[in-house]
Amino acid sequence: MSDTARPAIEMAGVQKRFGSTEALRGLDLTVPAGTVCGLLGPNGAGKTTAVRVLATLVAPDRGTVRVAGHDAVRDAEEVRRAIGLAGQHAALDEGITGRDNLHLFGRLHRLGARRARERADELLTRFGLAEAGDRLVRTYSGGMRRRLDLIASLVTSPPVLFLDEPTTGLDPRSRQEIWNTVKELADGGTTVLLTTQYLEEADRLADDVVVVDHGAAIATGPPARLKAAIGSQVSVTLADPAQLAATAVVLSSLSGGDARIDLAERTVTVLTTPGVSVLLPSLVRELDGGGIVAEDVAVRRPSLDDVFLALTGEGATREGATREGATQESAATGRAA
Amino acid sequence: MATAVHPVAAHPAARPSAGGRLASDTWTSMLRVLLNYRHSPGLLAASLGVPVVMVVVFGYVFGSAMRVPGGGDYREFLMPGLFAMVATNGIMPTMVGAARDVGRGVTDRLRSMPVSRTGLLLGQTLADLLVSVVVLALLALVGLAAGWRARHGLADALGAFALLLLFRFVMTWAGTLLGLAVGREEAAGQLSVVVFPLAMVTNAYVPTGGMPGWLRVVADWNPISSVVEAARELFGNPAAPGSAWPMQHAVTATLLWSAVLLAVCGPLAVRKFATHGR
Ligand SMILES: Nc1ncnc2c1ncn2[C@@H]1O[C@H](COP(=O)(O)OP(=O)(O)OP(=O)(O)O)[C@@H](O)[C@H]1O
Ligand SMILES: [Mg+2]
Repeated sequence: MSDTARPAIEMAGVQKRFGSTEALRGLDLTVPAGTVCGLLGPNGAGKTTAVRVLATLVAPDRGTVRVAGHDAVRDAEEVRRAIGLAGQHAALDEGITGRDNLHLFGRLHRLGARRARERADELLTRFGLAEAGDRLVRTYSGGMRRRLDLIASLVTSPPVLFLDEPTTGLDPRSRQEIWNTVKELADGGTTVLLTTQYLEEADRLADDVVVVDHGAAIATGPPARLKAAIGSQVSVTLADPAQLAATAVVLSSLSGGDARIDLAERTVTVLTTPGVSVLLPSLVRELDGGGIVAEDVAVRRPSLDDVFLALTGEGATREGATREGATQESAATGRAA
Repeated sequence: MATAVHPVAAHPAARPSAGGRLASDTWTSMLRVLLNYRHSPGLLAASLGVPVVMVVVFGYVFGSAMRVPGGGDYREFLMPGLFAMVATNGIMPTMVGAARDVGRGVTDRLRSMPVSRTGLLLGQTLADLLVSVVVLALLALVGLAAGWRARHGLADALGAFALLLLFRFVMTWAGTLLGLAVGREEAAGQLSVVVFPLAMVTNAYVPTGGMPGWLRVVADWNPISSVVEAARELFGNPAAPGSAWPMQHAVTATLLWSAVLLAVCGPLAVRKFATHGR
């Protein structure tokens, strides 16, 4: 087995070009054994390509890749014995049952026919799919498919697991279930590398986050540190436009940032200085003290967009990226009476 | 059940030999295809229904206006053509299946596992072969009911069926290669439209003698025509082979075509599968 002192996953200077597209331009990545690493980036950043390189599906043009102590190019076969992969789309045979999918994957992993069956039953029961297990996968909902897909990567209990956007398109409950599973796996000692477009997801699951943009890591560290490096966004909507200027003064002094006034929306917005936290009660007190009548006060924790804005000076919404990340983060919005 | 997901819960068995792995993965892959058929009886029904419809449409509708040069019953002339059509259609299920697997990411998952690439593909083609035996047998029964006979004895008839199955096997590898190359299910579906004229420009339904010169050359050298002609010879059914070399040496031509196509498509398909996306 692999040397536990070594990182479970190492990428150094990995480059990969598809035609004229440079998908990876010198990506560096180190994931200590038993930890969860979140690969965070917008559409087209190179997350999937990185996972495919790690899972021995794509050979890098340059750079070294080691997984579970083996070289992913020279000892691809050894790496394959040590990994589980759940790709960006549910990779299942839709024309057979969920149970048979797991059973066949177990056989391919050489568990033997009987053990493969037992393992399929075990996993289905454990992940609440025991009843659905005998239905054809084509009758599954998107969330069930995603869950089965994740389970399919666990058939051998691999020490290293790659999950490419495991919760994209899932409802909050399914997302929570996947999160719980990943946490459990990590607690059990599995090394997990997952990609995501949601800072919140990385926040919940990852010990370390690697922000990827244009095929290279532009920031690395624990999620708390990344978020601390950028401020929260505070916005106040007023009933009376005449009070906009006064509000801007209050917000600027509280946050240490430059408040922006949006006349049409009657809103003042400020990005707080990193390290300065604006507490809702004190903000409301200050506004009251100044005789300002606020219709709405919102404090939004930093989203992926904000991280990108801070790190690259441009928004994450390029290449038709959705604003799902921001929408999800706005769940943290606080409202004042 | 706290250990269910823990790394020691389910360890793969000891490292198998390459041969053992090939056999085991071939079998698993076959199983997968057969399970698909079990859950989609419609698939099998379609494979079985098409030949019956073909006998009726070609044998009785078109056949009512067809004359075989040198005499002979048109339906007896037609049956080897229909057998060869079934063999040729082997290109379809593997093409669509391979493209679907690539599109859905199943190919990626399989490639990330320590499996025999050859075994995975071989299993799919062998499973198809099993299904084809059933389809050919049914078509033979329908043919018998329509007056077709194998007139050169059992050995020659079995030889003909062996050639037909060989060609079907070759076509499943061609289909696998095409499916892996196009990588999208809809695209594979569109490609199948190309297969149709390929199968029509042959001696399967009409003798090539009446075709314009250049088309006749294409038809005579079409591998499918060799299969049809070989089957006609071995079954002792009416034929109008003409003088082109493959028509005069149909069995040899069928074996040669099969060997060449398999030698090209097989290794290319395995390579394409192993290096997909690189
Ligand atoms: N097989 C391929 N052929 C050509 N270009 C590719 C291929 N795979 C990826 N690319 C390109 O490489 C870049 C990175 O793609 P990748 O799929 O790794 O991004 P991603 O971060 O996973 O994006 P998303 O969030 O949309 O999944 C993109 O510009 C993409 O078009
Ligand atoms: Mg991706």
